[in-house]
Formats: sequence, structure tokens, C-alpha cells
Amino acid sequence: MNEKILYGYTGLFDTPDEIIEAAEKVSAEGFEKYDVHTPYPVHGMDSAMKLKPSKLPYIALVIGLSAMVTMFIFMYWMTSIDYPVIVGGKPFFSFPAWVPVLFEITVLSASIGTVVAMIAVFFKFPNLSHPLHDTDFMKSVSSDKYGISIEAVDSRFNEDYVRSFLSSIGAKEISPVYWDDEEVTFKNTVLKPKFLTFLIVVGLAVSGTTYFTLNKLMFMVPFNWMREQEKYIPQEISTFFEDGFSMRTPVKGSVALGNIPYRFSGDPEGAGEALVNPLAVTKENLELGKEKFDIYCSPCHGYFGEGDSRLKGQFPNPPSFHSEKVRNWSDGRIYAVLMDGQNVMPSYSSQLDRAERWAVILYMRALQRSLNAKESDLK
Amino acid sequence: MSSSEKVIEYSKKELPPVFGKLGIVLLVIGIVLSVLAYLSDPVRSAFNNVILLEFLTSIGLGALFLVALEHLAGAVWSTPFRRVFELISSVLLILPIVALPVYFHAHDIFHWTHADVVATDEILSHKAPYLNMTFFTIRIVAYFLLWNIFYWLLTGKSRKQDSTKDQKTTKTNAKIAAIFMPVFAITITFSSIDWMMSLEPHWFSTIFGVYYFAGTVIASLAVGTFVVIWLNEKGLLVNGIGKDHYYSLGALLFAFINFWAYIAFSQFLLIWYANLPEETYWFLQRWEGPWMIVSILFIVVHFAVPYFALLSQPSKMDPKRLKIMSVWIVLAHIFDLFWIVMPTHSPDGVLFGWIEIGFIILAIGIIITVFNLKSKDSNLVAIGDPKLQRGIDFRL
Repeated sequence: MNEKILYGYTGLFDTPDEIIEAAEKVSAEGFEKYDVHTPYPVHGMDSAMKLKPSKLPYIALVIGLSAMVTMFIFMYWMTSIDYPVIVGGKPFFSFPAWVPVLFEITVLSASIGTVVAMIAVFFKFPNLSHPLHDTDFMKSVSSDKYGISIEAVDSRFNEDYVRSFLSSIGAKEISPVYWDDEEVTFKNTVLKPKFLTFLIVVGLAVSGTTYFTLNKLMFMVPFNWMREQEKYIPQEISTFFEDGFSMRTPVKGSVALGNIPYRFSGDPEGAGEALVNPLAVTKENLELGKEKFDIYCSPCHGYFGEGDSRLKGQFPNPPSFHSEKVRNWSDGRIYAVLMDGQNVMPSYSSQLDRAERWAVILYMRALQRSLNAKESDLK
Repeated sequence: MSSSEKVIEYSKKELPPVFGKLGIVLLVIGIVLSVLAYLSDPVRSAFNNVILLEFLTSIGLGALFLVALEHLAGAVWSTPFRRVFELISSVLLILPIVALPVYFHAHDIFHWTHADVVATDEILSHKAPYLNMTFFTIRIVAYFLLWNIFYWLLTGKSRKQDSTKDQKTTKTNAKIAAIFMPVFAITITFSSIDWMMSLEPHWFSTIFGVYYFAGTVIASLAVGTFVVIWLNEKGLLVNGIGKDHYYSLGALLFAFINFWAYIAFSQFLLIWYANLPEETYWFLQRWEGPWMIVSILFIVVHFAVPYFALLSQPSKMDPKRLKIMSVWIVLAHIFDLFWIVMPTHSPDGVLFGWIEIGFIILAIGIIITVFNLKSKDSNLVAIGDPKLQRGIDFRL
């Protein structure tokens, strides 16, 4: 055991009051390199150990403030200089809108920075090992005991003296702790030139590939996916028209090809009197009507127009098509309902084109006839 | 723990007589100045009286809230000086007297009391079911009743415990505090709406009650911090109150300074974002013209200075700095109320003269005198509280 290097001496105590008293005595004795290990933070320990205020808050302050300033410049450059877009009628430099962002980024970076700084500076990351790890002492103080460790590097350290001193202040299970071989021979591999070169190469490769892909490759044939075309894309500036707009308003009075304007919006009775179904009763038209009816109408009206909704009460059930009222409506009157909607039913003018609407009406007529057949239908 | 072996030594000592004299002098000066003010400019005085009323509500009700908070949370660190906050909350007793002049001048300062204006104003006539004199009277009477009832419940039981040493009282107090909390939340919100937000009856801000609450807590906490440190330095409290307790008071002050700024900025940000004319004019009034410099000064006084003064750990433990900052924060809260109330009275110019100073002197005089009178027949420490020893032993 002699070839092992001594880390220090440890001693255990039973109660928080004892450990406070012990910490006061150890600091009064003049030790500097010692530490106290407790299962939870014991109030009053800072003053008992005569600890100076931690330097960590300054790290937090510097990181938080620099993140805030960086974020401020970042947002200012983005929204006021590089890409000014009017949002909600606010000026490009809208400081109030940035305050929540600045607040969050300050808090977030200060807290993360503090934790990282603590791990890096005090725990000497990436060193994951410590002589006190995996000792009985550490097992005790992380469950129900309170311990003190005095390090061998302390200027007042002397094995016999420390052992007798610890027993004089009432410590139990006083035991030496030695460095493990791995801890003594541990070398920080992070700063080796080999590893650093590797990091730089990987970093350059990843960022270079990304830059090439996004800025060069995406503009080469065939990877540009036919982006370069002889047409105007939305909001592109026109070089042809004087006002620079590529989107044009139609000439007054012009009508799109195949578009037949609907004149009876808001006037269902007028539509009922004026409009006549232009489609003939053919198998094709009825099949088209059935297809569209089953898609768009049947969820609420039911496959047979009886108002037996499949929506299980999630939407109010409509009345039946087979009522006296609807049977006596003209085709044009029903067409008005499809165009404008009725009660809670919305307009279906965008789902169905003109021919499909009339075909659906033909199919509805067939459904009505199926329940209220005429005398002549039986022949 | 060795706490059971210790005996708490406390003997009732009188406050220094100069304290009571100072209170009386300030009170007399304040009363004289405010009476003169009412004679020379009744409307401006009524507005100042609103500031006075809301300031005293802040101190009294905020102190009662902190007392209830300790009961509810089972906190021990504040037990050694809880009685100080109980004594401060006795300001609640004289609130109705302070409210009377405002009530009789309601027609001069509250726009919504004018029936002819309300009849032709669509917004005001919609608000009329709430903003009318009958309901207003019922509400303010209810607030004062509820606050006084809870004041007697919470402080009376605590005072009785001094002699009975009954541990059950602590539990009962926690239950009363639990009932008090929602009552407090609702009454403080609505009273701030009634007394201050309705000065501009067209304007509304849903966060206004929280905003006032934030100011209330810092103001009463600052008064409490000052009194606790002062009494402790004179040796009038129990031995053992030290920098750990100061630090906790300072940290709470610091936290609520931040909370206030957070709420104040939230109120501003939402109104700025939505940009609705019926909401923005309240801020425009304070951000344009002569009030702009006041508003900038207000941010510095109420947030920047206390924030940086209390930021570091040692500064929260330094009794001298804490005392200075407490006085600063109390004055900042008066500034806050001034900033809310006065632009309504004089939108075209900042009014600050002997009338305002007179009412501030009156406020301080009332607080000192009430504290002095109330502390005569009461211990300054809740010596019957079972948590007291743990509170004295409290360490960071």
C-alpha cells in the first residue's frame, strides 16, 4: 500500500449539529484544503466553514450579459437592417417586443453557462474520477452520515496529527483515502493536438458540406428540381409591366373561361323561379350525382337523404329530403341551398362545380322518387 | 437539536419616546397641510387623498398578507419578527377615516359618477351596472369590513398566544390564513379597480389588480424591513436575529422588485402590442409631453436603482443598505401611485407641490403613530409561537 499516494483523511459524524461544530473547529484549526460532505445542504455551513462568497455569480453575470448584448445585436441586425418586415404595424426597431426574448436568453444562457462553468472549473471535466468516489465514506455521506475530508495537500497536513485531531473533534471511522492509479496517471486527452485536429477536420467537413449543399448544389441541374422556370412565382417583381406587379387584376367585365356567374346569391326564391336543371336524366349524370352526394352530402343527410347523420351528434342532424316542402321545391331552389348554404349548412360552391351541383340535384330527385313513387313509376 | 434547552429571553421594552413624538409631529403637520390643501384646491387634494388611501392600504393590507403568508406556508424564518408586521397591518383600522374625504369628493374625481355623461357615453353606460354610486358604496364598505375582520382574527389570536402559549393557535391561524388568501386576492383586485382604475373609466387593464398587488407587497415589505432592522439594532426584539434574517428579507424585497417590473412590463407590452385606442391612451398620456420624463424617472427609481442596489448577496445582508433601500422603495411606491393617479388630474403638466408633500407627510405620520400606539399594549415578538426558536436558529 505504501506506493499509493495519500489523498487525505476522512471522518464521519452522525448529526447536522455535530458536523457544523466540527466544520467550525477544522476551520479554526487553520486547515484550508478540506471539504464537508452531507446528504443534503445543511443550513449555516457557509459561515461554519468560513467560506468566501462563490465566484460563480460573476461567471453567470458575464455570460448572461454577453448573451443579452449578442441577442440584442442579432435581433437589431435581423429586424431593422438585414430583413426589415413590418409586423403588426410596429416600427422596425420595436424594443418592447424584444424584451421578453432578451430576458429569456439572459436567464437561459446564464443558468446553462453557470452549470457548465461549475462542471468544467470545479469538477475539472472531462475528468470523471475523484479519489473519494467508490469509497465507504462517500457511500455513508450520500445516505445518512455527515463527513469531513482533509486533503494531504494542506500545508498543515501530517498523518498522525490529522488522525488525532479528527478523533479529538469526535469523528468516527477515521480512514485514509488514496489516489487510484488511473487518477494519478490521468491526462486530459481533450487538449491533445491529435484530438483537436480531428475536431477541426470534422467541423470543417460538416460545415463545408452544408454550405456546398445549401448554396451551390441546390442551384445545379437536376438538384434545383425545376425551380428555374419561365414563369412568375408569387410576389416576384415583373420586368414587363410598368408598375412592377407580376399579379394582374382582370380587365373590367371579363369572365374566366367556363365560369357562369351566379346571380341569385341571397335570393333563393329568385333562383328557384329562374333556374332550370340543364342536365338530362342519364345514367352518367345520375352516377356522377350519386358519387358526389355520397362524398359531400351523405355524412350529414344520410345515404338516402333521411337526415340520419353518420356524425353521431357532433353536428346537428338536418331535416329529411322527403318532406312535403323539399319535394315541392324546384331544382333551382335546391341549387340556391348548395350555393349559399342554409341554416347551419355552409355553402358547397367550392367543393362542387356547376355540373356536379346539378347532378347531385338529379340524384336527390331520384332518392325522393324512391320513397314517394308516382303511380306511373310502377308500370 | 439543542433548541429545546434554550430559553427565549424577552422582556417588553418601550419604544424610544422620540419615535412617538416624531409620529405626532408628522401627523399634525400632515393634517394641517392636508386641511389647508382641501381648502385651497379640493379636487387636487381629493386625488392626493386617493394616493394616500391606496398607499396606506398597501402598507396595512400588504403586511397582513405577509403575516398570512407565513401562517399558510408554515415559514419559520420570519416568526421572530412577525409581530412587527402584525403591528404595521393595524394601519387597516384607520383606512375608513382616510377614505371618507375621497368618498365625499367622488363626484369631483370619478368621471363615471356624472349621470348625464354616462347616459350619452356608450362605453360608460355599459359599465354602469358596476360603476354606480350605490354598488361602489357597498363594495368599499365590504372591503373595509372584510379587511378588519381578518385583521382582528389573524393578529388577535397571535397576541393571545403570547400568554396562552397554545400550539393549536398556530394551526388555527394557518386555517384563517387559507380563507384570507382568496378574500385578499379578490378584494385587493377590486379595490384597486374601484379607487384607481375607475379614475379613467374608459380605460381597462386586466392585470391592474396584480400590478397593484406587486407594489403593495414591496411597499409593506420595505416598511417591515426597515422597522425590523431598526428595532433589532435598538435591541427591542429577541436576541439572535441577524444577517440570515436580513438576507431573507432583502431577497424577498429583491424578488418582488423583479415581480413588480415583470408585471408592469407585461401590462405595458400587451397594450403596446394590441394597440387598441381605448387602451393605449392611458400609456400615451404618461409617455408623451411633460409626463414622459416622469415615466423614465419612474422606471429608474422603481426598478433600476433597487435592482442593482440589492443584486449582490452581501448587499442583502448589509443592514445599512437595506434600511436605505427600504425607505427608497417606500417612496418609490408612493411615486408609483402618483404616476397612476395624477396624470388623470393634470394631463397637461406635472403637479408636485406642497399639497403632495403634505399628504406624504401625513401618510408617514399615520403609519408611525398607529405603530407606536399599537405597540404600547403588545409584545414586539410573538413569544408564544412554537416556531419562534426555530426562527431564531434559522441559518442560510
